[in-house]
Amino acid sequence: MTELSKSGSALGEPVKDSPAPTAFLEVRDLKVHFPTDDGLVKSVDGLSFSLEKGKTLGIVGESGSGKSVTSLGIMGLHTTGQYGKRKAQISGEIWLDGTELLTADPDHVRKLRGREMAMIFQDPLSALHPYYTIGHQIVEAYRIHHDVDKKTARRRAIEMLDRVGIPQPDKRVDGYPHEFSGGMRQRAMIAMSLVNNPELLIADEPTTALDVTVQAQILDLIRDLQKEFGSAVIIITHDLGVVAELSDDLLVMYGGRCVERGPAEKVFYEPRHPYTWGLLGSMPRLDREQQERLIPVKGSPPSLINIPSGCAFNPRCPYADVPKDNVTRTVRPELTEVGSQHWAACHMTQEQRERIWTEEIAPKL
Amino acid sequence: MITQRTKGRRKKAVAAAALAAALLATAACGGGGTDDGGEGGAAGFDAANNKVAQASEAKKGGELKFAGVQDADSWDTTRGYYGFAWNFMRYYSRTLVTGKAEPGAKGAEVTPDLATSTAKITNDGKTYTYTLRDGVTWEDGKPITSKDVKYGIERQWAQDVLSGGPVYLKDVLDPKGEYPGPYKDKSPDKLGLKAIETPDDKTIVFNLPAANSDFEDMLGMAFASPVRQDKDTKSKYGLKPFSSGPYKFQSYTPNKKLVLVRNENWKQASDPVRKAYPDKISLTLFTNANDMDQRLINGDYDLDINQTGMSPQGRTTALKEHKGNLDNPVSGYVRYAVFPQTVKPFDNIHCRKAVIYGADHESLQTARGGPVAGGDIGTNMLPPSVPGAEGQKYDPYDMAGADKKGNVAKAKEELKACGQPNGFKTTIAVRNNKPVEVATAESLQASLKKVGIDVEIDQYDGAQTTGIIGSPENVKKKGYGIIIMGWGPDFPTVQGFGLPLWNSKYILESGNNNFAMIDDKTIDGLFADYVTELDEAKKEQISTEINHKVMEGGYYLPFVFEKFINWRGSNLANVYTTDNYSGQYDFVNLGLKK
Amino acid sequence: MLAYLFRRLFAAAVMLVVIILVVFCIFFLVPRWAGVDPATMFVGKQADPQAIEDVRQKLGLADPILVQVWEFFKGLFAGRTYAAGGDVTECAAPCFGYSFRNEQAIWPVLTDRFPVTLALALGAAVLWLLFGVAAGVLSALKRGSLWDRGAMVVALGGVSLPIYFTGLLSLAIFSYGLGWLDAQYVPLEESFGGWLGGMILPWITLAFLYAAMYARITRATMLEIMGEDYIRTARAKGLREPVVIGKHAMRSTMTPILTMLGMDLGALIGGAILTETTFSLPGLGAAVLKAISDKDLPVILGVTLITSLAVIVANLVVDILYAVIDPRVRLA
Repeated sequence: MTELSKSGSALGEPVKDSPAPTAFLEVRDLKVHFPTDDGLVKSVDGLSFSLEKGKTLGIVGESGSGKSVTSLGIMGLHTTGQYGKRKAQISGEIWLDGTELLTADPDHVRKLRGREMAMIFQDPLSALHPYYTIGHQIVEAYRIHHDVDKKTARRRAIEMLDRVGIPQPDKRVDGYPHEFSGGMRQRAMIAMSLVNNPELLIADEPTTALDVTVQAQILDLIRDLQKEFGSAVIIITHDLGVVAELSDDLLVMYGGRCVERGPAEKVFYEPRHPYTWGLLGSMPRLDREQQERLIPVKGSPPSLINIPSGCAFNPRCPYADVPKDNVTRTVRPELTEVGSQHWAACHMTQEQRERIWTEEIAPKL
Repeated sequence: MITQRTKGRRKKAVAAAALAAALLATAACGGGGTDDGGEGGAAGFDAANNKVAQASEAKKGGELKFAGVQDADSWDTTRGYYGFAWNFMRYYSRTLVTGKAEPGAKGAEVTPDLATSTAKITNDGKTYTYTLRDGVTWEDGKPITSKDVKYGIERQWAQDVLSGGPVYLKDVLDPKGEYPGPYKDKSPDKLGLKAIETPDDKTIVFNLPAANSDFEDMLGMAFASPVRQDKDTKSKYGLKPFSSGPYKFQSYTPNKKLVLVRNENWKQASDPVRKAYPDKISLTLFTNANDMDQRLINGDYDLDINQTGMSPQGRTTALKEHKGNLDNPVSGYVRYAVFPQTVKPFDNIHCRKAVIYGADHESLQTARGGPVAGGDIGTNMLPPSVPGAEGQKYDPYDMAGADKKGNVAKAKEELKACGQPNGFKTTIAVRNNKPVEVATAESLQASLKKVGIDVEIDQYDGAQTTGIIGSPENVKKKGYGIIIMGWGPDFPTVQGFGLPLWNSKYILESGNNNFAMIDDKTIDGLFADYVTELDEAKKEQISTEINHKVMEGGYYLPFVFEKFINWRGSNLANVYTTDNYSGQYDFVNLGLKK
Repeated sequence: MLAYLFRRLFAAAVMLVVIILVVFCIFFLVPRWAGVDPATMFVGKQADPQAIEDVRQKLGLADPILVQVWEFFKGLFAGRTYAAGGDVTECAAPCFGYSFRNEQAIWPVLTDRFPVTLALALGAAVLWLLFGVAAGVLSALKRGSLWDRGAMVVALGGVSLPIYFTGLLSLAIFSYGLGWLDAQYVPLEESFGGWLGGMILPWITLAFLYAAMYARITRATMLEIMGEDYIRTARAKGLREPVVIGKHAMRSTMTPILTMLGMDLGALIGGAILTETTFSLPGLGAAVLKAISDKDLPVILGVTLITSLAVIVANLVVDILYAVIDPRVRLA
């Protein structure tokens, strides 16, 4: 993850006429809003980050925090989200390898999809077409971007299935999704995503629908493949544990905005936002009893139509009253650097946060 | 289950039809009005009713196109019972005698056909002798013999195989039912019926056990047609009858299409009745009466074979736009209410008369469709087409005169005389599948309320007439004091019309038609006189007298002498209605203009 | 797949036998319980008791019901002979009964009329599939647009307006009014043009009703399918939108449409009564309507059976197509 301030702009402010970034993927002040009958759903409300090739970014947050919409926005698939009735409003900039996607010709973006950037979805059963064989679907994905005959494409599909660890790939290639187990389906999904050697791979909750034992295998697979293919990877999850080892950088989202980001080990071992503490506290760990989780995130995620004023997390934050003058409820905190490459958006002072973390939170984790 | 669904849809169809009527009427606008009158056009309203229209314009040749919604029950001369079928059968079937080729009442008089003359009647009216004409042939050119006539008549005895047709000849010639019918006949020539003798191929002698003065009328009907034994396909004969007339079957698919072509072996010289103008006769069957009427109006077809009047919307359009193409003949049917004497208080003549006086005859006529589509107010029970009928001239209850709106005072008087001064309660039985009959029941209900007679209407399944109102026991049990029905003559005489209705012999446990349960020695006696009376004038006199006796008994409340509105295609020539077939056109002599 | 096919075929055969039994009971037992003697329906007004008894013998109505059913089944495969009073009537296999009303074996009537109904149903089906599905897809894709609203209003009209209304209206306008079409049935073997001219209005009228239903179903299904994850996957692959819709979405949308089509076609083959009546088409529906008014039980029985057969066959075909479209079904 690169230093955003280098570009000379303050975070959250729209960046106009800025030069093309040097990073492989750079997202600037991304906003994705869905008009509905009840009001404007601000799923993503000013998000910026960047990612280099060969690196992995973990985006963490509860459901409804805007992490999936972010990934769909990058892919250009946000129009068909859950609020499909009316057109989504998207603004900001998404630079992929020197091209700004939001202003690019949609057909150009379409050609990038699947080839430059690919996606692995949460539930491989529903994400794979039930009526077509695995092979057919992989072949299709390959032949969109490669002018090859069906035979060649089929060989490629078998090769990819083999690569993702599906036994007897030459037989399973003719199987239907429902004939595969959950883990095998996700492997097939990964094979399909990687068939065109994409430079950016977005995995949206890739293990959520899988057994715990299978989860680890899939994560290992993604890591191995990333090394092999050298792609940039975004892993989206609600489970910090999934990404902790895998990611180079972590980005924690809440209410459509980034509340903390930084190198993975920093965010994991020295988190500086109460929401991140909550996420860590609710992380299942084998060495800990259920009842010892002392810092669960109480309450429910905020409404994306009426985001709480001030800090969006304030209604659920146990430390909301630590800063003076009710500032958490009136002023939106900006991301501030809390360490090297480590940023967090909280009104508490560095000292207050360090003290609470070391004295109250860390010992209980 | 199919039945029920269809019924539901049919109901809806009636509503939709009413809606569509308006549309059709609009759609037909603009095309009418030009073809009325004049050479080659329509002859004018009622131009063919009891008179001949455009006789001179008939040309030889062409295809006469019948349309219809109802196929014949059977084209087998022994099995058919529909009047239009008998009428049509004259195209391919001849009889010893037949109705005259003349309009109106004259058409009902018998004239020789296969026979050289009408019957030589001897033995106090019990022996009828005919001689066959020379040159009468079957469609294969072989001569028609007296044995063929006998065999054709004998077929009426085989009711188990040839069901459906009337059995008048069987009843008259073999009242005890001794002859088993030709198919069970032990004699080698299958001509074992003793009542008919065929001394040679030209002579046929009928020996009646008892005289019946209508016998020759019966012999003039389709069921007395000759059938050749080697061509008798028994139950399947109706699919392709072997022709003795000017036309023969070319093709026939039941409920779809029938095509007749010229029978080259028929000779005009041998046939004094049939003109046989067209070269081809076709009948196309429709399922949608409105569609058919529209196509008649368009000129795609020449006439409706069923001859039972146009559908309401077709009629509306035609009356407005093409009145010159319509005839308004009397159908021969009388529509009426009848009072079973077994249901109290209708055992008392005064209570019956109270209903007759209390009814609003004009409103009943309106319910039947009004004077044009419904008919004239019926004032007695003998249809105007039957010899001896007086029409509205005989009006014993002033139904078409002073009291046509009903006479409450007289009705109350009769109620008093009946011992029911405050009125009474009773039930009307009416078929549920005849909306017009239900309308008359409602009209009657309304007018009787004014005299204090409280009437409930019971709509029974119209398909089950025989078992419901045909069973006197059931009628009594259900308390049907008033039954709404209609009746038309099988053949136009008082016997053909009234015998099953008024003779005590015809009170049956099931299938009864003497609904009034009339058991009157005088009436029975008059019928006995009638069947032995050979003089036409005296027969008419007896007919009149029977009608009077029935009316005096107050058994019936007639509604209308029914009339139809039938379409006469502009291309038809030599068109006239005949009483022989109750006001239908005489099919066999229709010609085309081009 | 083969096992699936056999299972379906077997189920269909069992179904058919059950239907024959049930229908037979409805037609020959229920009237008896209701006190109506079918024999009286075959004889005329003035029939004497002896004639009724003879007819009863001829029709085999006096036999125990099991014998009657057995005779009927036997007739289906071996043909049967009705004999009484010196008259012998052969009814060749497959004998679906014999109409004593029209003196015809039922099977030839069915084979004569079935093609008319089949042509009506299939021709209309092609039209309504073409237009209904296309309209539905377009509406779904342009949801909320003027096209969508317009199409759905027309569809609502199509669904609500009964055949006899649209049928009579189309006759009044195109046949009686403008005179563009004769709209009278002409057998195919007589003239193709005439046949086409006679079938067009019935096709359009019938298709209008069904196209409307199919448009609505297609639209609803399409909208649902377009929200499916695998559609997103298809897009994520970089597929062009027409391919996403035409291939991935349509294949799934076809499943419910096919199910409906099977039912509708089956039902139409026996139940296009209104259309056939309105346009005077000599099909099965018109035949059964006539038979009902004539109380011609054998014809009603025959048409009911052939209709059941059509429904079963249509469903069988749909089941097979279903399995072709949806591989998951093959396991079931």
